[in-house]
Amino acid sequence: MQSEVMFAGFGGQGILLSGKILAHAAMEEGYEVAWIPSYGPEMRGGTAYCLVVISDRPIGSPIIKNPKHLVAMNRPSLDKFANAIKPGGVILTNASLIPGDSGRSDVDELRVPAGDIAAEAGSPKAANIVALSAFVARSGLVSLDTLRHCVEDEFSKRPNLIPLNLKAMEAGIAAAKKS
Amino acid sequence: MSKVLMKGNEAIAEAAIRAGCLNYFAYPITPQSEVAEYLSWRLPEVNGVFLQGESEVAVGYMIFGAAGAGVRVFTTSSSPGISLMSEAISYLCGAQLPAVFVNIMRGGPGLGGILPSQADYFQATKGIGHGDCRLLVMAPASVQEAVEMVMTAFPLAEKYRNPVMILGDGLIGQMMEPVSFPDQLKTEPSNKDDWASNGMDHRKRDKRNLVRSLFLDPEQLNNNNLALRAKYERMKQEEVRFEAYNTQGDYSVLMVSYGTMSRVCKTAADMLKAEGIEVGLIRPQTLFPYPEMAVREAARKSSCRAVLSIEMSMGQMVEDVERSVQGARPVQWYGKCGGDVPTPEEIIDLVKRTLSPM
Repeated sequence: MQSEVMFAGFGGQGILLSGKILAHAAMEEGYEVAWIPSYGPEMRGGTAYCLVVISDRPIGSPIIKNPKHLVAMNRPSLDKFANAIKPGGVILTNASLIPGDSGRSDVDELRVPAGDIAAEAGSPKAANIVALSAFVARSGLVSLDTLRHCVEDEFSKRPNLIPLNLKAMEAGIAAAKKS
Repeated sequence: MSKVLMKGNEAIAEAAIRAGCLNYFAYPITPQSEVAEYLSWRLPEVNGVFLQGESEVAVGYMIFGAAGAGVRVFTTSSSPGISLMSEAISYLCGAQLPAVFVNIMRGGPGLGGILPSQADYFQATKGIGHGDCRLLVMAPASVQEAVEMVMTAFPLAEKYRNPVMILGDGLIGQMMEPVSFPDQLKTEPSNKDDWASNGMDHRKRDKRNLVRSLFLDPEQLNNNNLALRAKYERMKQEEVRFEAYNTQGDYSVLMVSYGTMSRVCKTAADMLKAEGIEVGLIRPQTLFPYPEMAVREAARKSSCRAVLSIEMSMGQMVEDVERSVQGARPVQWYGKCGGDVPTPEEIIDLVKRTLSPM
């Protein structure tokens, strides 16, 4: 079994970090993983996306035309990738910035106001962690315990940020259950 | 060994340190600048030397000097930067000095682009510099393999007293995958007394080592080139490495591909198998020496009707594939060179097109 998750949004929204934490969690659970960033002449405020491939066998092509899941943090990302997602996948949209939906009826669409939830939890900058946690809660790609451990690990060099991110994580999980 | 999730560029940097290389001189260029970024803080931690040169030309000769002094040394760059270093690489070959060069290729010619490419195949394997010089060239297809190749590159460079190149594409440098690092090696080349020009004090012998590539006497120069040629012939005997994938049974098409492109080909082979079409793959891990015999034998399998050289260039490795196949089967090139890596679906179409008119 192989799953691919496209994380997409503005530069500065923590897109690459969300993907890295998921890839780390999947690695901890024994999966083969690959994290592939977009690297072009990027800038803050421009588009940023990365693809995480999780598989139970060695990963062949890291180039995937039709990923299984999408986490879209802004409108241009949803427009760009919504139609590429495989039927049956999860599409998580950041409802704080994206009005409307993907227009797909054959996917599991999850609208989470990640920006607002993060602001309530303490900082709008944690919107990526809210979205990641909601996505993991819905897709079940890795266990929430492993994810929690990897969020803590990611911020281990700035431990003052751990409580905020764990709070954002719990709020994201709760939001996934509600919607 | 526990695994860590690392970007290819950072893993290459750490692998060099684990290989005992504490000297790194470089000039930044996308898509490999993370190597320099990583080593700028990591090398001081292990009492190594990190130095950003004023240009790639200068870096090439910093490598020359360090190699001549008998220490492990390496650099990383991307296509245009390697072009600037090519003069010094030729001097290293001529003076028979070991060093490791990593080229994380980007598109060309000229400034080209910054996305994945394999367009420096000719440069690396056939035209790295002036004169009769060659490099031992290894091409990783994963972050783990990049680590392993970097770690074997230093002992190989010393075994042959010749520069070794790791030829990766931008995706190998930018992608994160789990890696584990083998044990640390010694920091000094074991055979450096044969060539290091580091003063006479510490040596028991009184032989004088001279670093030079100038031989004005024609017989001396010819002898030097014969010695180089003998080394390159020995590499062909001892260092060829390749992976054969799905070549056990009968297959109708043989693909030859390396690096990131070969991973796409593997996925295409798996998808085609599910449709009942068998396709074999030879993945060269060394590009020089080239796995000629492996390609030849795989192409000559009676079920094989055509050979495809699939590469992110406008047709470079295909010349080595043709040379290896020796006309036994039709050989076709397929590739792209703008930065878009061909998808498995494109390779599947290619295989089906190749089979349909026959």
